[in-house]
Amino acid sequence: MAKEVYHDRVVTALVLCSIVWSVVGMLAGLHVAAELVWPQLDFGREWLSYGRLRTLHTNAVIFGFGVSALMGTAFYSVQRTCHVPLFAPGLAWFCCVGWQLGILAGGLSLLAGWNAGKEYAELEWPFDIAIAVVWVCFAIVFFGTIARRRMPAIYVSNWFYGGLIIVIAMLHIVNSLAVPVTLSKSYSLFAGAQDAIVQWWYGHNAVGFLLTGGFLGMLYYFLPKHADRPIWSYRLSIVAFWAFTYAYIWAGPHHLHYNAIPEWVQSLGMVMSLVLLAPSWATMINGVMTVAGAWEKLKTDPALKFIVLSLAFYGLATFEGPMMSIKSVNVVSHFTDWTIGHVHSGALGWNAMITFGTFYFLVPRLMGAPLHSVRLANIHFWLALAGTMLYVLAMWGAGVSQGLLWLSLDEIGELSFSFKDIMASMAPYYALRLAAGLIFFAGALLLAYNLFMTVKGRRTVAAAPPAAAEA
Amino acid sequence: MNGVGLHKRLEANTGLLIFGILFVSAIGGLVQVLPSIFQDSLAAPSAGVKPHSPAELVGRDIYIREGCSTCHSQQVRPLLAEVKRYGPFSRAGESAYDRPFLWGSKRTGPDLHRVGGRYSDEWQRLHLLDPRTVVPNSIMPAYPWLAERPADAGPDIQLRMRALRSLGHPYSDADIEAAPAAIEGLTEMDALVAYLQGLGTAMPAGGGR
Repeated sequence: MAKEVYHDRVVTALVLCSIVWSVVGMLAGLHVAAELVWPQLDFGREWLSYGRLRTLHTNAVIFGFGVSALMGTAFYSVQRTCHVPLFAPGLAWFCCVGWQLGILAGGLSLLAGWNAGKEYAELEWPFDIAIAVVWVCFAIVFFGTIARRRMPAIYVSNWFYGGLIIVIAMLHIVNSLAVPVTLSKSYSLFAGAQDAIVQWWYGHNAVGFLLTGGFLGMLYYFLPKHADRPIWSYRLSIVAFWAFTYAYIWAGPHHLHYNAIPEWVQSLGMVMSLVLLAPSWATMINGVMTVAGAWEKLKTDPALKFIVLSLAFYGLATFEGPMMSIKSVNVVSHFTDWTIGHVHSGALGWNAMITFGTFYFLVPRLMGAPLHSVRLANIHFWLALAGTMLYVLAMWGAGVSQGLLWLSLDEIGELSFSFKDIMASMAPYYALRLAAGLIFFAGALLLAYNLFMTVKGRRTVAAAPPAAAEA
Repeated sequence: MNGVGLHKRLEANTGLLIFGILFVSAIGGLVQVLPSIFQDSLAAPSAGVKPHSPAELVGRDIYIREGCSTCHSQQVRPLLAEVKRYGPFSRAGESAYDRPFLWGSKRTGPDLHRVGGRYSDEWQRLHLLDPRTVVPNSIMPAYPWLAERPADAGPDIQLRMRALRSLGHPYSDADIEAAPAAIEGLTEMDALVAYLQGLGTAMPAGGGR
């Protein structure tokens, strides 16, 4: 019988695709940031126009960079936590290739103006179906591997990856329900206020179970592995997981505060958003306590630095989110750049940083070779930190000023400022944000180069499950 | 059995874990989202709100295509400053024929829910062709291609109206029959301006600066 080995080539492929998408997505982000400073930068071309390119930016970073990284690390860690190779490796390759082609074609369709009009669910119905098919295959590979595990218990990282797969499937299917008109056009099954409630049930929990839960799966596998210490409290991870899975779903309506939806839905959304702080921080504390005792590694290991910093930003973003869901705070923050800043403290500080840290850890192991340059990775760390901080500060400045100035009334109760004047005053913040993006992007390019050089000329090494190795 | 004991069973059984996650994550949606889906008052059009005319419908789909809602909300909140700036606050019934809803989440530019009738058609055209000719500091993109393309270049208007009728929009056979003639000769620009000029006009327009 041939020796049983883990299927890691598909992991390498997904990691490399994820890196490519990070560059594409951030480049699109930079361009739209520049367009907000110099609006002529679309050169009168439809596909470079802000409304289309910004949609490509969010889709490329979330679904290209983010999901490829999650799928790759899920395939890697599920094999190691179950001590078996992937179930249906052919199907795993189908997930990898199908997802990349889907996002590539979908991205081009966004530039061509195919847009379903729902935030973070802009892809039209043919892509929605393709996404659902790939996602079901992802579920089969993932849960099939768990079902034939050699370990008695299902490890905690797999609960989070499992939550990602199950909940995103549920949200995607319901929110994408539509009546097709042509290949490129459909109308949502829901209308108006009802559509808004369904959309933000989806939209908020795509953030919840993909950008938070999915990446917590990554954290729960790679952080203990990397720090070489067990999870600080197993009991806390159980409580936090179920509390998180239960509470997150309710928080969506805070995206619709003071909008035309029922008051009780808004208030419930706010209360549950505040409740969510507890499981979010429980996980952060669990992570930080896991690293405690391995602090000396932080001096020498850029990968661990990234992961620990990502935990700090996770803590910041999951504190800021509940605060912004309080209706009296939301009055100021809603519709402003504060929201954009909040999203990026999560997306850059948490999602991108933990992914970078994981890739710096994972790629050398996949290749059986040391990282090409630790020095470049250290430079990347500081660029990523500086870029994120500057971005968040610029958007706080912009958002808080917008929010307060829009609401400002003079002593006789008339509006103090015109919208145009407030908008014009945003220019320095937007320029600062562009600079921040450039710094962060420069770091991402260093990562791409560094990991490309690590992979170049090498093949993914064959690793065997412990049980098979003993046999 | 204590909680950890119960969990030992959950984490040793794949099917049970899948069911557990699905069940626990579904509760919020069932309690909070589902009732709204069946709340008829949320779906009922306000007095005076009609389904979009063929030109408005084409214009609305262009608004979606160009991603206008990435920068413009269509939701006036019931706050003094907002009502002063934009006009009467938005009601659920005003969006009854909006698939999808376009309330937006960001105001890089101003809210547009009450923009209908606030500017002339000519101002809207100039503004879409080059926003900086009428608003010097504007950072809005220019949309020159809209003026060059016929309004019927997109998916067939009758197909669109039939799809919406299947979802309950009260278009009559005569409405659908007359639709191609209604948009004949119009550009995409004309259609988008028609949509913008109809926005929020079922409620009386407000003042503001």
